[in-house]
Amino acid sequence: MGSLVTFIILLMIGLIFGGINERNHFKRLRADEEAFSHIKVFNIKTLPDNLEVGGALVSGNVVVAVDYFKVIAGFLKMIFGGQLRSFESLLERARREAIVRMQRQADALGADAIYNTRLEFSAIGQQPQKIGGAELLAYGTAVKIKS
Amino acid sequence: MTDIIVTNLETVPGRTIIRHLGIVQGNTVRAKHVGRDIMAGLKNIVGGELRGYTELLTDAREEATQRMMGEAIEKGANAVLNVRFSTSSITAGASELYAYGTAVVVE
Repeated sequence: MGSLVTFIILLMIGLIFGGINERNHFKRLRADEEAFSHIKVFNIKTLPDNLEVGGALVSGNVVVAVDYFKVIAGFLKMIFGGQLRSFESLLERARREAIVRMQRQADALGADAIYNTRLEFSAIGQQPQKIGGAELLAYGTAVKIKS
Repeated sequence: MTDIIVTNLETVPGRTIIRHLGIVQGNTVRAKHVGRDIMAGLKNIVGGELRGYTELLTDAREEATQRMMGEAIEKGANAVLNVRFSTSSITAGASELYAYGTAVVVE
């Protein structure tokens, strides 16, 4: 009985705070993406000709975890298969956050474009059966284009 | 350590590659301490960013990059091109961060 109560409390905490966290994060991401929209991100290697000499490696990374409610919801969903929205939004948030952090680093260097951007994913878990977290890394070469 | 160019492009813009010196690499295996694991476990209830892990991995990746640059300098290179990063979980609770690239001499 006690463990059931704990389970329900964790579920409620996850549902309420996880939801708030996610909404706030999306709001912050939209603001950050707007602020760094002057730094263009490309995943092509070919550089334009009108380039100021230089280029520095920039990167951004983030480790994120899903909330308890979403873990349980995800596991229930896995019985039937199909789209796992809770994990989709987690990865979307992580990817966007990693790119924004990379742009922030490029901005600090005075660059205005990032070429050859790569995204790397790795699962960080304490136990294999538990979803611990996921790391998203974005890296690329920041350059300055002559105006 | 500062005057070496590190990029994930295959060329250095505006410079010519004189000599290839082969692949250089750097790696490090890191684990978080138990306190951080417990904090991350708690954070797992409400979701969101696990800041302790983010910092740990940033530091570790920096270390791997430094080792790679060290090897490049030892070989007499002044640039490392086409740098790639990779991460792998060795066991539960430990990750290996790996950075590799091609050491070259540019004019």
